[in-house]
Amino acid sequence: MDGQDQAYNFAYLDEQTKRMIRRAILKGLAVPGYQVPFASREMPMPYGWGTGGVQVSAAVMVPEDRFKVIDQGADDTTNAVSIRKFFEKTAGVAVTERTGEATVIQTRHRIPEEELGEGQVLVYQVPIPEPLRFLEPSEVETRKMHALEEYGLMHVKLYEDIARHGAISTAYAYPVKVEGRYVMDPSPIPKFDNPKMEMAAVQLFGAGREQRIYALPPYTKVVSLDFEDHPFDPSKADHPCDLCGAEDSYLDEVIVDDAGGRMFVCSDTDYCGTRQANGHRGALAAEDAA
Amino acid sequence: MYVAVKGGERAIDNAHAWLAEERRGDREVSELSVAQIREQLALAVNRVMAEGSMYDPDLAALAIKQSRGDLIEAIFLIRAYRTTLPRFGYSEPVDTGAMACDRRISATFKDAPGGQVLGPTFDYTHRLLDFALAAEGLEPPEAVMAEPLPPEVPHVTEFLDREGLIQVEEVPEDDTPRDLTREPLELPAGRPLRLQALTRGDEGFVLGMAYSTQRGYGRNHPFVGELRIGTVPVEVDLPELGFAVEVGEVVLTECETVNQFVGSKTEPAQFTRGYGLVFGQTERKAISMALVDRALRWEELGEDNVGAPAQDEEFVLYHSDNIQATGFLEHIKLPHYVDFQSELELIRKLRREAGTSSSAVTGVLAREAAE
Repeated sequence: MDGQDQAYNFAYLDEQTKRMIRRAILKGLAVPGYQVPFASREMPMPYGWGTGGVQVSAAVMVPEDRFKVIDQGADDTTNAVSIRKFFEKTAGVAVTERTGEATVIQTRHRIPEEELGEGQVLVYQVPIPEPLRFLEPSEVETRKMHALEEYGLMHVKLYEDIARHGAISTAYAYPVKVEGRYVMDPSPIPKFDNPKMEMAAVQLFGAGREQRIYALPPYTKVVSLDFEDHPFDPSKADHPCDLCGAEDSYLDEVIVDDAGGRMFVCSDTDYCGTRQANGHRGALAAEDAA
Repeated sequence: MYVAVKGGERAIDNAHAWLAEERRGDREVSELSVAQIREQLALAVNRVMAEGSMYDPDLAALAIKQSRGDLIEAIFLIRAYRTTLPRFGYSEPVDTGAMACDRRISATFKDAPGGQVLGPTFDYTHRLLDFALAAEGLEPPEAVMAEPLPPEVPHVTEFLDREGLIQVEEVPEDDTPRDLTREPLELPAGRPLRLQALTRGDEGFVLGMAYSTQRGYGRNHPFVGELRIGTVPVEVDLPELGFAVEVGEVVLTECETVNQFVGSKTEPAQFTRGYGLVFGQTERKAISMALVDRALRWEELGEDNVGAPAQDEEFVLYHSDNIQATGFLEHIKLPHYVDFQSELELIRKLRREAGTSSSAVTGVLAREAAE
């Protein structure tokens, strides 16, 4: 608590607001995949920068927590740095880059490679919580569709993709069905991450601008939508990491010279760094001097 | 690492320092004071207060200074500050009939009790750059002082009201309207929430919506029945005292439009109303608000929904807030390389399977909206 800025309440939000958010979270956990409206507050960072995730993190955070923030899988991307600093300043909590040591992990666009365990909370930043939004722009209509479990439109979309392109043309924010009931947007994670969503940790999703919270309790059944003859395919770059040699991690493609030369590296920086520290080497590891 | 956007901590600190330097500008030029902004850029201050939903000219001026004159950024600063303030209670409804008016005009009657008062308006100025203003230190000519208006200036629409020619405004019973800033927006919103959203909505958006109704997208033939700008007292009921006490005063712009209406299945031929009420001297916004308010009332008046954007409550309410809009719009400059990578893989896969540089796949990504 030493580092906490005393001008603000613990974790910035006032206790009444946190209580309101916690109620929404509890409702979300009780009805997995259902989007709970909540009175999102204006935060001191812009909408679109993770205000939903920040409010959820603030509501669940306690002084003993150890907090990790990733954006695109990395701890040192600008916005991850900014959010981590925000909570260091307003909550004075300990921070870490180690996935295994963190109690609360706020993420944008990735699920860490290392398997999460019981007692951990993964908080997602969500831009558009409504998986049906790009099929039906009206919120009044989509809420009705969820209430009636009317997901035909989504299946038609996936079918048309296959008919026109031979494959489902959604690469991220790939829709899932939760416990056989609600179709849910997993936030814009690559579909590679979808299978990890059946996990031991609590998963909370915050959409600030759209004023929605939803949640997955531990071990909730999460199925990526597909067809029997076109099963879900969690693809990634067909390449090992050039730094740590991992074959099983999601990779960023980095352009390294003017001639279009490129290398593939783990998007999860903690995973990659830990592997390298344990002596794993990729094809270009020796050149890594930049 | 190789990626410029990583390793952000030092970059952020340096960017902030550079920003502060740019904000100050050339140090040979004297620094702008908050009081100067408050007094001499008052209309900018008014807009920031209106869309920031907080009446405090000093803080609005500070926000304008801090944001280098980017008014949406200034509005954002005010909003972010506003949410941290405790909510002690709600004021009594203000009585705009008791407004001390600086300006009060009607376009529907040549004259009305209280008279037409132009006030400090740009309306009849010739828009010629005044190069004399570039020379500092010139005192403006003194304005002539008139007798103040009587303390109660009746609303022009009251005269139509008495004749029964204008739609009767239903006064809601005791129901306290929901507070847009404390509860999630749920639809249908109803008029009180619509008016709350419009009064803090982006001036440009509300203006564009209003203009679209004038050009035929949900046309509703508006006349400015009355536009008044002035000061009203704000009273708060204190339970300990048992009566309301004045806690301050605010400048408001109020616009009541009188709209032609030929009647419908449920309503006789009569005039109908649109209403705008905005903090500060903000008449473009108040008039726009009244037009959009009127367009959104189609259902209650039994009018046809012609599919005009300004008739669509969900469309207007979800897109009027410039802080939400600018945040989501600008967030696409944050890193998205994980998503982009997954699209790269997909495009390569689809092209490989098509066995050619097929144009069939190029349409796919166009539909995938950026998130």
